[in-house]
Amino acid sequence: MRMENVQDAVLVRQYIEGKEYALEVLINRHKQKIYSFIFSKVMDKDITEDVFQDTFIKVIRTLKKGKYNEEGKFLPWVMRIAHNLVIDHFRKNKRMPKFQSRNDFDIFDVISNGADSTETEMILSQVHADVKRLVEELPEDQKQVLKMRIYKEMSFKEIAEQTEVSINTALGRMRYALINLRKIIEQHNIILTDN
Amino acid sequence: MAKLYNESLPEQVKPTGPSKETIKFLLNFSKSLHITKYNKMTFEASKN
Repeated sequence: MRMENVQDAVLVRQYIEGKEYALEVLINRHKQKIYSFIFSKVMDKDITEDVFQDTFIKVIRTLKKGKYNEEGKFLPWVMRIAHNLVIDHFRKNKRMPKFQSRNDFDIFDVISNGADSTETEMILSQVHADVKRLVEELPEDQKQVLKMRIYKEMSFKEIAEQTEVSINTALGRMRYALINLRKIIEQHNIILTDN
Repeated sequence: MAKLYNESLPEQVKPTGPSKETIKFLLNFSKSLHITKYNKMTFEASKN
């Protein structure tokens, strides 16, 4: 059967099952409608391209995570995502008016950005959240020591006193907590940084 | 200073569809994205 004749729902199922070519067919089938819809709202080629890209990144993530509701239809669902992202764009624009550089002057030549980018901040907060969830998987005694040491910045002497064990035991629990965390991360190929 | 801020003017361009680069990026992004489920947790990993 030619791919052009395959229904969206079938392609979505094939994609979820790991057949990457199904996504290409879906994108090519609907790209013009989605792109035109976004362009009709933002009236800017570059922003349309960005919103289109973000729309499909969200589609890909949702499908791969198995969170897609098969009851709905694919195109209206994608259009809804695009619509929400267009609204987000206008909200952001309202808070921060757009500055257009001229050929002879670019504001970014004279202002520096000392702070982390939003992307870096997002990655860091995601990493912290992932680590916290992994810590919750540790045995209770190891979790307790690790939290006291890392999050409360307590010394091993203080930890030993509070948990009523010897310093060596507290040190041992910390060591096993780190070993177990590494094990979970390695076993499941979890990547905690973008480096 | 107020003059530095201006509204973007609507472009007089007809939508031609997304660029080939955007499509290529999305397909590569999809291929590299791996989802790992551990207990009730979901992790994303981008593998090149």
